[in-house]
Amino acid sequence: MLYRENGQFKTSYRADLQVFPIRQDRVAIALLLALAIVVVPLVAPEYLFRAILIPFLILSLAALGLNILVGYCGQISLGTGAFMAVGAYAAYNFQVRFDGMPVVASILLGGLCSTAVGVLFGLPSLRIKGLYLAVATLAAQFFVDWAALRLKFVTNGSSSGSVSVAGLQILGIPIDSPVQKYLFCLAFVLVFATLAKNLVRGHIGREWMAIRDMDVAAAVIGIRPVYAKLSAFAVSSFIVGVAGALWGFVHLGSWEPAAFGVNRSFDLLFMVIIGGLGSIMGSFFGAAFIVVLPIVLDSLPYWFGIPIDTALASHLTFMIFGALIVFFLIVEPHGIARLWSTAKEKLRLWPFPH
Amino acid sequence: MAFFLETLIGGLMTGMLYALVALGFVLIFKASGVFNFAQGAMVLFAALAMARFSAWFPAWFGFESQLLANLLAIVAAMAVMIAVAWCIERWVLGKLVNQEGVTLLMATLGIAYFLEGLGQTIFGNDIYPIDVGLPKDPVFLLENTFEGGILVNKEDLYAALIAAALVAALSLFFQKTATGRALRAVADDHQAAQSIGIPLNRIWVIVWSVAGFVALVAGIIWGSKLGVQFSLSLVALKALPVVILGGLTSVPGAIVGGLLIGVGEKLSEVYVGPMLGGGIEIWFAYVLALVFLFVRPQGLFGEKIIDRV
Repeated sequence: MLYRENGQFKTSYRADLQVFPIRQDRVAIALLLALAIVVVPLVAPEYLFRAILIPFLILSLAALGLNILVGYCGQISLGTGAFMAVGAYAAYNFQVRFDGMPVVASILLGGLCSTAVGVLFGLPSLRIKGLYLAVATLAAQFFVDWAALRLKFVTNGSSSGSVSVAGLQILGIPIDSPVQKYLFCLAFVLVFATLAKNLVRGHIGREWMAIRDMDVAAAVIGIRPVYAKLSAFAVSSFIVGVAGALWGFVHLGSWEPAAFGVNRSFDLLFMVIIGGLGSIMGSFFGAAFIVVLPIVLDSLPYWFGIPIDTALASHLTFMIFGALIVFFLIVEPHGIARLWSTAKEKLRLWPFPH
Repeated sequence: MAFFLETLIGGLMTGMLYALVALGFVLIFKASGVFNFAQGAMVLFAALAMARFSAWFPAWFGFESQLLANLLAIVAAMAVMIAVAWCIERWVLGKLVNQEGVTLLMATLGIAYFLEGLGQTIFGNDIYPIDVGLPKDPVFLLENTFEGGILVNKEDLYAALIAAALVAALSLFFQKTATGRALRAVADDHQAAQSIGIPLNRIWVIVWSVAGFVALVAGIIWGSKLGVQFSLSLVALKALPVVILGGLTSVPGAIVGGLLIGVGEKLSEVYVGPMLGGGIEIWFAYVLALVFLFVRPQGLFGEKIIDRV
C-alpha cells in the first residue's frame, strides 16, 4: 500500500534511468543516510563503533571492491587480502616517508599502488579463467604476505614487522575518537558506493557483465576482453586497496602482516557470496552478516545461559560459515540481496499478488 | 655436490607428499569436474580421526597392541571418510548438478570450512601424534662416492614408496576395473554416461571416497612426520600449484608436478632464498605455476581447453 509506484510517471529518459526510480526508495535512502550520518554518531555507544560499525563499513568497502571483480566481471579472486595489504602498506609508506602528507592523499595513493599490483596479478586472467585464475590470485596472496614479512622497505625497516600510524588528522581535525573514525570511513564508503553503482550501470559495467556471462561471445560482439578484464581488476583492487588502508590506519592503528592473511581473502569472498554476487547492496548485506555473526555466536550461549568455551565457539563459527555458504549457493545463489529484492517485489504487489 | 644431491632428494621426497595431496584434487576433478578446495580439510579430518581413534580404541575396548589400534583406527577413519563422501554427495553436490565450475569451487570452500570446524569440534584441536611405526632414523647413502655420504630420512623414503604404490594402485583401478571405466566415462560426459546406465550419484560417492582414502594416506604420512594439527589443512594450499602445473585432469601430471615443485622449492630456498631474504618457499610454487600458466594455460599434461560460443 505504501510501497507502490502507481502514479509516478516518468517524462524524461533521465527520470527513467535514475538509481532509485521509486519515490519511496528515495525517501528510505534519505532516511537511512540521515540515520547513518546524524543519528548514529549521536546515540551509538562506543563499543558499537569499535566492534561493529567501523569494521562493517571498511569490510563492506572491501567487499564492494571484490564484488566488482567476482560478481560483475566473473573473475574469481582469492587474493583480496593481498590487495588490502598492498593498499595499507603503501599508504603507510607514503605517510611516514613524506612529511606532511595528507591522510586522504596517502590512502588514495595506497589505493593506486594496489591498482598497479592488481593489474599485474590480473594479467594471467587474459589467458586463464575460473579455477586456474583462483589459484593464480592465491599467488598474489602468498607473495604479498611474504613481502610484508621479509622486505625491509615495505615496513620501513621496522624490526618487529609490525607498523603503526598515529595522529591522523584532516585539515587540522584529528581522527581519533570512534565517532570521528566512523564518519571518516562512512565518507569513503558513500563516495565509493556511489561511484561503483554508477560505474556498473554504465557501459563499462555492461562490458564486465558481458565478459562474466560468456567471454568468447562478448569478444565476438566487439568487447575487448583485455580492457574489460584489466579495468575490472584495476577498479576492484583500487577500492580494495583503499579499504585496506582504512583497515590499517583507522581500524587497527598498528598492524602486522597477519592482519591481511589468506583468511581475510576467504572472509571477503564469503561476504560477496552470502551478500549477493553482482550487487552493490549485497556487499553491505554480506559484510554486515559476516561481521555480526561471530559476535552473535559468541554471545548467544550467554544469553541462553549455556556458556561454551571460546575454542568451541570458533569451531562452531567455522561450521556455520561453511554450512551457510553451501546453503546460499544451493538455495539462493544470488544471496541476501536477491531475498531483499524479492521482498520488495512482493511489497509492490501486496495485497494482490499475480 | 653431496649437499646438492641431499637437497634434491629432500625435495623429491616432499614433492612426493605434495603429489599425494594433489592426487586427491585430480581424482575428483577427473570424475566430476569439481575443483575440490576441501581436499586439505579432508586430509586434516582424516588424520584427526585416525589419530584420535588410535588413542581412543585401546581405552574403549581394553587392549594394548598399538598395531591393532592403528589398524582399527585406519578402518574406522576410512569409514568416516566414506560417510563424509556420502553426505557431500547427498547434501551438496547432488543439489548443484549442472552448475558452473566456479559455483562448485565455492561450495567446496564451504565444505572445507565446515569440515575444519567439525573435525576440531569432535576430535579436539591439540597436536596429536600418529605412530604407525615408520622408522625415524636417517640413513647415509653412497658413502663411497661422496665424502660423508648423502643423508636421507628413512621416513621420507617409506612415505615415497607408499605414495608410489598408491599411485600404481589407483592407475590400475582406473584402467582395469569396471568401476574405473565408469568413472572415466562420467568424467568425459555426465549425460552420456547417465544415458547408458551409469548411476551418477553412486559414482560420485565412490570418487569422493577414493579421494577420502588418498586424504587419509596423505594425512597419516604427514601426521606421523609433523603431528596432526590444524596447519595440516594448509598443506592443500601447497598442492594447488602442483595440480595447476601438472594439469587438472592428469594423474601423472600430479606426480610430475609434485616432484617438480618439491625440488624447485627446496633448491630455490637453498640457493636463491638467501639473496631475497629467505622464506621464499611460501610463494615459489605459486609464482612458478603462475609463470607456467602464461606459457601453457592447461598445465603440463592437461587437456587443451576449447571454448565454443
